[in-house]
Amino acid sequence: MDGHSFRWANALVGNPLNSTVIEHSVGGLILLAQSPCTLAVTGAALALSHNGQPVPCWQALHLKPGDELALGIFSGGLRAYIAVTGGIQVPPQFGSSATVMREGIGGLVRKAADNPRQHLAGQKLQANDLLPLATAAVQVTAAGSSLPTELTKRSLPGQTALTLRVIEGYQASLFSACQRARFYLNPYQVSPQSDRMGYKLNGSAIHCSTRQLLSEGISYGAIQIPPDGQPIVLLNDRQTLGGYPKIGNVLSLDCWQLAQATPGTEVHFTPVSAEQAHNALQLDAARFERETTIFCALASASQEC
Amino acid sequence: MPAVTPLANMATRLTPADYTLSLAGENAFILYLNTQVISPAAAQQIALANSQLSPMLGQQLLELLPSYASLLIVFNPLQHSHLSIKPLLEQALTKAVNLVSQQQGKQVELPVWYSEQSGPDLAKVAQDKNLSINEVIALHSSTSYQVYAIGFAPGFAYLGELPEQLAVPRLSSPRPKVPAGAVAIADRQTAVYPAASPGGWHLLGLCPIAMFNAWQEPAMPVAVGDQVKFVPITERDFTLLGGVL
Repeated sequence: MDGHSFRWANALVGNPLNSTVIEHSVGGLILLAQSPCTLAVTGAALALSHNGQPVPCWQALHLKPGDELALGIFSGGLRAYIAVTGGIQVPPQFGSSATVMREGIGGLVRKAADNPRQHLAGQKLQANDLLPLATAAVQVTAAGSSLPTELTKRSLPGQTALTLRVIEGYQASLFSACQRARFYLNPYQVSPQSDRMGYKLNGSAIHCSTRQLLSEGISYGAIQIPPDGQPIVLLNDRQTLGGYPKIGNVLSLDCWQLAQATPGTEVHFTPVSAEQAHNALQLDAARFERETTIFCALASASQEC
Repeated sequence: MPAVTPLANMATRLTPADYTLSLAGENAFILYLNTQVISPAAAQQIALANSQLSPMLGQQLLELLPSYASLLIVFNPLQHSHLSIKPLLEQALTKAVNLVSQQQGKQVELPVWYSEQSGPDLAKVAQDKNLSINEVIALHSSTSYQVYAIGFAPGFAYLGELPEQLAVPRLSSPRPKVPAGAVAIADRQTAVYPAASPGGWHLLGLCPIAMFNAWQEPAMPVAVGDQVKFVPITERDFTLLGGVL
């Protein structure tokens, strides 16, 4: 859900950026190492401890067999990411290892208790689950120096209002100038009815001149306006097709921030052109590339000394 | 010589006057047919556009998502901007492709146990439409339906068009739980619910065939463009085919 923290977690342990990680909500997870491994925790603000000793997030940590890593309850943000060198090995379904609970697809595969021939997938991790690591897990030496707070703090929203950049599209022309102005001028709040499928926002209701649409493909970040006029930003576990009018899409970089926002967080929308969106993505990619290169190199240099 | 069906005849062309490319976020366009209707001709045009663009998948394009009268086109935004991909899309949309496989699709027969027990809305639909229960079953099972889109949930195939005599609006308030395999109708559409879920369609019967199984290849018995016919079966056959009430 939070692509920034997800990519950094993998970068810190020397993984390809789309390697399988654990996404953890709320906090309170305890992991016990069965074999030597290198891991990093990013995302939500939390107290992390290694065998009872406080250690920082956003840096690679080496664990020996028997070591315990404990994640405290989050003090900011909603989702933490735990990456292990080599990635967590789960069989891909439809080309992905992602867990989709609603459809029972992906993630760890268990055998059903009452029928060993039946496979169960798409479930949450449970206590005592064994997470298989890549057999050829390479030890990286990126341990020992954590990232500057400028890099980590920006992915911990929730304390301040968020501004979401919107690329207008889809049925944008069916919303009058007055309705669009209302959408951009008024604050919205993250509703408790928000999940991996979408974030519902409460605020000034806006209306579309049509309700009759044929179901059509929904892209990431689409802002759907149902008849009650309260926007829903559709995220990773969104339905593939839908028939409600959409005013446009939230920029992915801002969706990642939204995914960390707790209910009640204030949200504003601001329109950007497709060109501005493109520029923002290019800048972010260039910056990420440079920052991961430098900080991962610095960390391994300090390790060798 | 095989007879040329009207379906195969209709829409083998897509001219720039037929469609509009609208923005759908930082890395997508949605191709809209300028006439937004549910029709075999529209489905053919979308199938054509899908085939024309599919060679770009894995290259410039990440995903193609067809529906009734639209096609979502997702590209890699670090490789292309809307400005740079648009001419490539427009060019690809003029290319001639062999549409034979898409045009014909495959014929799929789905068994259905129609009864008041397995289809709790059967009697109500019959009453509302001034038909007998047997007439409802006969109408529903004598029509060949096209798979227009797959979406909402994995394996949920939108089939059309339902005979006008059976068209009923959605339930005013959706059922909290529709069982897996429920064969349902709403407006001019019909579908089989792949998994238990909430739903606002009218239930006529149950199909014992799984509409989605992640562990099988292919995972779904139908694909967009296929033709589906429902075949009435008895409760006994339903059970023998693995159906569970």
